[in-house]
This record gives sequence, structure tokens and C-alpha cells, in this order.
Amino acid sequence: MNARDTILARLREALSVPGPGPHQRAGEMEGHGHASPPPTPALGGLQILALEAARPWLPEGGETLPERLAMFAENLGRLKALFHRTPDIHAAADLLFALARERDWKRVAWHSHPLVEALLPGIPCATLHVDDAGGLSADLATDATQRKDALEACDAGITGCESLVAQTGSILVSSATCGGRGLSVLPPVHVVVATPEQVVATLGDAFQGLLSGHPNGLPSMLSFITGPSRTGDIERILVLGAHGPKELIVILVG
Amino acid sequence: MIADNATSSPADTTPSNGIPSRQAKKQFLHDASQYVRDADHRAFVRKALAGYYASRDAQKARYRDWEHARDAANLAKWAAVNRLDEVLARFADTFEKAGGQVHWARDAAEAREIILGIVRASGAKAIIKSKCMTSEEIHLNAALEKEGFGVVESDLGEFIQQLRGEPPFHFVFPCMHVRRGEISALFEKHLGSAPTDSPEELTMIARRHMRRLYIEADVGITGANFLVAETGQISITENEGNARLTAALPRVHVALVGIEKCVERLDDLAVLLPMLATAGTGQPLTCYNTLYGGPRRGGECDGPREMHVVLLDNGRSAILADPEQRDSLQCIRCGACLNVCPIFKNVGGFTYGTTYQGPIGSVITPHLRGLADWNHLSQASSLCGACTDACPVRIDIHHHLLHNRRNAARRAPNRLERIGHQAFVAVACRPWLFAAGGTVFRRLLWLLKKLQLPLLKDWLASRDLPAAPAQSFRDQWHSRPRAALAPCPAERSGSQSGGQR
Repeated sequence: MNARDTILARLREALSVPGPGPHQRAGEMEGHGHASPPPTPALGGLQILALEAARPWLPEGGETLPERLAMFAENLGRLKALFHRTPDIHAAADLLFALARERDWKRVAWHSHPLVEALLPGIPCATLHVDDAGGLSADLATDATQRKDALEACDAGITGCESLVAQTGSILVSSATCGGRGLSVLPPVHVVVATPEQVVATLGDAFQGLLSGHPNGLPSMLSFITGPSRTGDIERILVLGAHGPKELIVILVG
Repeated sequence: MIADNATSSPADTTPSNGIPSRQAKKQFLHDASQYVRDADHRAFVRKALAGYYASRDAQKARYRDWEHARDAANLAKWAAVNRLDEVLARFADTFEKAGGQVHWARDAAEAREIILGIVRASGAKAIIKSKCMTSEEIHLNAALEKEGFGVVESDLGEFIQQLRGEPPFHFVFPCMHVRRGEISALFEKHLGSAPTDSPEELTMIARRHMRRLYIEADVGITGANFLVAETGQISITENEGNARLTAALPRVHVALVGIEKCVERLDDLAVLLPMLATAGTGQPLTCYNTLYGGPRRGGECDGPREMHVVLLDNGRSAILADPEQRDSLQCIRCGACLNVCPIFKNVGGFTYGTTYQGPIGSVITPHLRGLADWNHLSQASSLCGACTDACPVRIDIHHHLLHNRRNAARRAPNRLERIGHQAFVAVACRPWLFAAGGTVFRRLLWLLKKLQLPLLKDWLASRDLPAAPAQSFRDQWHSRPRAALAPCPAERSGSQSGGQR
């Protein structure tokens, strides 16, 4: 028998002895001091609706869009991320221009995305387009290293996002729609551009959106980014920018 | 450089079935008595935990109902654990369909061989690793280094522990016992950095050191906090971004995961991810919660070419086979039970001598490594129940410690204890013998201290024996003034309210 069959057989055999139900303690199904428990009803008839059951008890996500936006902005502040809202794409481009000047960015990385592309033309520094192979064959290890080095040398990565989560202040990025896996985590600053309609209430809503938005299969990576990278490993003291971005800047357009 | 100077192979050299019981227990008692005397260090660890309590409580207050949310988290994990054969097979099938490769490991040795095989086949020179307690369980780093592969821990706490040549002190906060000065000296020695007492500067030293290693590594090894059967994804929870980089830049991604991590649906994570963050570190959500469902897909511009998931049993099916303690497989390794445990706070993480410290470690280690050798861990509990109250998935931790004690007593009855108990029953059932024994005991109490009996020596080392009273309680009772017999006011009011009902 191969390892898969052995393990699955072990599990089936183990589960042939029924155990306590959910929220039930072993003692509640046990005779006084005896180890052999009486049989409990089998699992088949039980409806498992964990999320539906939990939704009203988790932290709030906001009912209406204005509530969600307010909650999202408040949570971002608590997470020490920066939040900007601009009336239109031109104002957003001005904002990005000012950010690049102020921080003296030499090069920013970006990916193909309508909002990101609309911001770039005026930017006062060099750019790196991560979706574009740029004549490099990605299969060659050395080229791949060059591409990673080029991205690592950028001062900021600019991405779109799948959705924003009011409940936790999270930004959901994916490898398919946000420039792959590295763009949102390798450069020291991550700038996210999105529209207010992308703000959903809860994590559950974000999952729903993913499943309906990618009917042909989910992207290979999905990441909920909740504030800039951080660590408390040294004396439990909070430090931002452990390995990922030190700064997270969210620009909502509209 | 790091691989030469330090290995992260834990100082915990206990093989899964090796040492005889008394040795592990002896070591525990020795280490505990050492650590407990270091008041400074205990105060340091308590101070580190104080910040955790504050942020956890603030975050819990934002839940509309924390206790009901615990019920929901319990239900999500219970449903998966009680159908583990189905959900695990479903995960494997879905993940393979998406281009991932699944490997099954019955035990630690098999898991090590599988991972060594993948690393060899990839022609890897450098390996980067993000925090993975399962790899500590199977002593993976030592196995890789023995084969000549350099492996670097990228999580800051794990990196510090790797340089120190120590296992993690706490499975969520690996180096919470280390002072910043020690870290500065460590980095000065191994990385040649200038001394500093700023946690921020120390973090940046590690950040700068690690950047090139991510880019140059051929293989990235991670753990996973959840497996999602419905979508064939693994879920990794982290704060630093090191796991993101580990799974983004190298050509090959290997995840080593315990089989109990499987949940049924993506939706379950909408409950479990916030609960894990709040219970584990007092955050609304940990900084990066990332789902990986296979290698880079067509049209994606980066990511590994191969993704492997190694599913590890290593004793977990034995826990499943014990219906009484099956719920301990629901553990999401948040570490909340360690943070509130009076024993953990007083004996420290290393004393346990296990991969998983604290109350949950004391429950599962006897199953993973043998009850005879590790039963003493279940005695290391005041049974106060703080762990059970803290558990976000409602594992009945402190009762399981009692179950382990009972099981150990059944398997290897303690004859001395039994004789002592029978003797007590014999005395207590005969009032004249009880009175006579009491008189003798009162007279000879001072002798106990003088004699330094081996059984009592440790107990008396830090305690004073009170002076024996001149009169026993029975004597005092018999000679009490009769007027005191009138019922007390509390009793009267009690009977009144009873009458009204």
C-alpha cells in the first residue's frame, strides 16, 4: 500500500469510532470514569454552515458603501497604512507625482492595469513593467535572477487590487490581476490604486467575489495584505518593514 | 556563512521514540527548577506578554460576540477533523488538478526523504525557509545540512534562533526570551553589523541580510496554517512578508503541512483567519494571509515553476483514533494557551523539551512521542483551565491533561500511590486511628524538616513548614463553647429566600 492509501486508511479506521459532537466535551459523552464512549449520531444529517453562523458575531464590516469606506479608512489608520481619496484620476496622478518627488523615487515598478496605467505617464522617475518580459526569456535562470534584481532595486511597486475589505482594513491582491507574486511585496513601498466600489464588507464577501470573478479557476496566489509588513520578534516591540514593504499607501479614485 | 556557523537543528535532541521516560522527566524537572529561579528572566517574558494581553483584549472587544465566534471556529474545524479522510483526499485531488504535486508522509523520516528528494532533483544550491513548526517536528534543517544544502530561516525570530543554535522558545514568538542586547551581539558576530540597542535597526540588519538570499535561493520551504479542500489551496499566515517572498522568488516551492490543517471550504477561513490573528497576536488579521493553489499559471509573470505539498501524518492519525482527544487536532497553533498558562510563564518554553510547548503541546506530545515518556507534561499543569478559556477553537485542553494522567495511571499504575491511598482510606475510616495518627503527626512534624526525605526535599526547599498547633481541629471542636451553636445570619437569610420561592 502506498503512503496515500495507508494514511487515508488510518484516518478512516480512526473515524469509525465516533467522537463527541461540536461544542461537546469528551466528558459529556462519557460514562463515569470510563474510556469507551457511547455512540453519538453520525455526521451525515448535520448541516455545517460555519460562515453563515459566524457572520453576525465577527467584527463589523459596514452595511452601506459609505459605512464600509469609513470603516476601511479607520482600520487602515490603525494599521499605520496611508490612505488617500482623490476625486478623479488626474488628482490621483498629481498625488503620485508628489509622492515620487517627496520620496525621491528613482524607479517604480508597475503592471498592466487600467488604473495603474492612467497614473504613470507624468511620473518623474524611471519605470519597470513587470508583465513585460522585455526580451528576457523567463525560463533562463540567470535572466530570472536579473528580473528579480531589477524589481528589488525599485523604490515602489504600484498595483491594482481584487478588492478591499472594510472589516479588517485588508487589500486583496492576486497573482493574475496584480502583477504576479513579487510586485506587491518586494519593493519597500507598495502603492495600491482602487475605486471605492471595490470596498467589500467582510472577508466572506471578498471570497465570494473571488469565486464569482474567476469562474475558470482562481489565480495561483491570493493575498490579503493587512497593513505594512511588521514584526514583533524583538522584545515584542512593533517594527514596520520586516521583509515586505515598510509603507503601504492606498489611493481610492472617485 | 550561516550554514557553517550555526544549525537550527534543535538542541532538543530527543528522537521521537528514543529516551526512556525518566530521562525526559528528569530533564524537565531540572530545567524547570533552573528557570523558575531566574526571576529577572521570568519578569522579562511576562513583560513581553503584557503587550499581547492588551492588544488581544482590544481586538476581542471589536467582535460582536467573541464566544459565538469561537463556536463557529470550533464548528469549522470540527467538521473537517471528523471527516478528515474525505476532505484530505479532496484537497489532494483539487491541488493536483491545478498543477501542484502532493506527497504523503507517514512519518518524519519519510517526510525528510521526500523533501530531500525534491531538493536534489531541483539541483538546488541555496534554500530559503519561512517559519514552519512541522519542519522543527521532523528536524528538517539538520537533515538538509547533513546532505550539504545550506538553509536559511527567513522569519526574524526563527533566524535569530537559528544563529543561536536553539529551537524556538514559543511556537508563535520564537525568540521572545532573548534581549535586544543579545541579538545585537549575535548579529555583530555572525553578520558583522555594528552594535545597536534599537529593535528597528536590528530588524533592518536582518532585512538587508536576507534580500539577496531570497533572490538567489532555488528552493523555498514553507509550512501552512490551513489546507482548503474546496479550492485546493494552502493558506499561510505571517506578519513579515518573508513567507510571501519565499513562495514568490525561488523556482521551487515546497510546503510541509500536518494533515490536520485541512478545512472544507474557502468560506471557513473567513472565520478562522481573524480568530487566529486575534488569539495569536491580538491583530484584526495578520499582515499577510496568502493562499497558494499551485505553481505559476499561464499569463502570470512570476512565481515558482513547481509547487509541492508534503502531507505529514507522524502520529496525527493516532490522535484521531482517540475519540476523547480527537478535538486536539482542531488546534490552529495560535499559541494563546501558552500565553495565558501560569506553568509556561514560570518554567519557560525550553523546559518542555517538545516541538510544541505549553498546554496544547502537553496534550499532543504524548500521542506523537509516546505516553510513557511524555506523561509528566500533563502533571505540569495547575488545571486552572485558562488554556481552555483562551482556545479560539474550544479545545478542552485542561481536561485532556487529566485524561492523559488517567491513561498513564491505567497503563502503568503507580503502586506507591495506590498503597498510600489505601492506607489513607484505612485511617480515615477509623476515627480513633485518625485521631491517634493526628496526635503523632503533630508531635513529629518538626522531624520531617530535619530528616530531608528525598520525596519532600524539593517541596520544602522553597517552603516553610508551619509549626504544629497545640490542639487538633477535632479537639477544638469538642471543646467549643455551646452558645456558638445558634444559626448564623447568612444561613437564616438563605432559608428565607428559599421559603419565598
